[in-house]
Amino acid sequence: MSWFSNFLTSSIGRKLIMSLTGLFLISFLIIHLIGNLQLFYDDGGQAFNIYAAFMTSNPLIKFVSIGLYFFILLHTVQGLILWSKNKAAKGSKYAVSNTKTTSFASRNMALLGTFVLAFLFIHMGDFWFKMKFGGSDALNMVTYPGHETAVKDLYEKVAYSFSNPLLVLAYLVGLLALAFHLMHGFQSAFQSLGINHKKYTPLIQMIGLAFSIIVPLAYAIIPIFFFFNR
Amino acid sequence: MKLTLKVWRQQNNASKGALESYQVEANEHMSFLEMLDVLNQSLVEEKKVPVAFEHDCREGICGSCNMVINGRPHGPNQGTTTCQLHMRYFKDGDTIVVEPWRAKAFPVIKDLVVDRSSLDRIIQSGGYISVNTGQAQDANAIAIEKDRAAHAFDAAACIGCGACVAACPNGSAMLFTAAKVVHLGTMPQGEVEESTRVQAMVNQMDEEGFGMCSNTGACEADCPKEISLTNIAEMNRAYLAASLGSQKKS
Repeated sequence: MSWFSNFLTSSIGRKLIMSLTGLFLISFLIIHLIGNLQLFYDDGGQAFNIYAAFMTSNPLIKFVSIGLYFFILLHTVQGLILWSKNKAAKGSKYAVSNTKTTSFASRNMALLGTFVLAFLFIHMGDFWFKMKFGGSDALNMVTYPGHETAVKDLYEKVAYSFSNPLLVLAYLVGLLALAFHLMHGFQSAFQSLGINHKKYTPLIQMIGLAFSIIVPLAYAIIPIFFFFNR
Repeated sequence: MKLTLKVWRQQNNASKGALESYQVEANEHMSFLEMLDVLNQSLVEEKKVPVAFEHDCREGICGSCNMVINGRPHGPNQGTTTCQLHMRYFKDGDTIVVEPWRAKAFPVIKDLVVDRSSLDRIIQSGGYISVNTGQAQDANAIAIEKDRAAHAFDAAACIGCGACVAACPNGSAMLFTAAKVVHLGTMPQGEVEESTRVQAMVNQMDEEGFGMCSNTGACEADCPKEISLTNIAEMNRAYLAASLGSQKKS
């Protein structure tokens, strides 16, 4: 094996991949949330639909989104490899289990990640797939004054989907899993990179905790808002 | 005090073990090991096989007295080895479950005794300084800042007992290996070889079948010498620098 594959398959190399892909996905959460906040504009979805059309047609965004799909896949596959290798390395379990010294999130990252992945399938199947590959039967076309080409009415689809209480519930469960996943993942990513410092780690942990509560909560407001307002 | 002990009994590595119950009459001044001595004495008198457990110094510095007590390596107290754990921390009538270290890289030899030679092989792979660093007084020939010496000493406090591996849900030896890497690499005599050392030790650690760190912090919480998780971050840093920065293509 070359030095590079040796490095990437070492215990620390694998953790580095988890850390970097995780941090990338965290940055995506911010961008995606900012875009989604346009759903709250009181303009019948004009701003959001024009924004959604831009996000699916701009070549630079298209390029970055391929990276995003790849990193989601890499983070998932690497996470599963870590989970199975770690399970094998532990071997048998203790008769008395100890949950006092570790957090719930840190012990269940793989399980929480699986919940988030399941949520992603539901979410992307409902919106992303229909936006990208669905024809006019999936989404209506709308035109807005000052914007010559017709755009897909994703806003209407969002409003329609979130009138379904089961889907809203699935979103809330998925976002709760995400919150716990982030609670451990955010600060853990820095530790894996070797960033642990008396001056800065408390700050990283504080930002991590705030991020893992505020961001999923902000996302959760969207389905709740639509469910009660439409 | 009357206690019910549930002790892991396993004849050898090939056999299947199980927890067995015993009644022990102990007093609160005994250490946990002395309480086991009482149990073994009674087993011998009954012509039964005594419980095998490792012990040596019985003063908290050798790292031999390894057992998981009620789910916690070295018992419930912070910064304490099993031999320094006294029975006054338990109550009359308590049931105490005693198990061996659990990890694939620590196969059970008998009862509570596990084979920890995997840790020795990590040391053999690079946990040393290759040149003669002189006698005790020669240490004063090189000026070392107090903070740096203290930092190295904190890592050097590791007694290699393996509680970190036992506590870790992933059976990872990262805290042990990191303590050695930081202890040697922080000193000027050991700094020279840090790059080759960290690569060799991490490679050996992976080869032994230890798991990968997921930063749960279980190791730090149960380490009898309170080795900090910051050591792992330091080792990660050293390993990344050695793998990506060194000229060696291996």
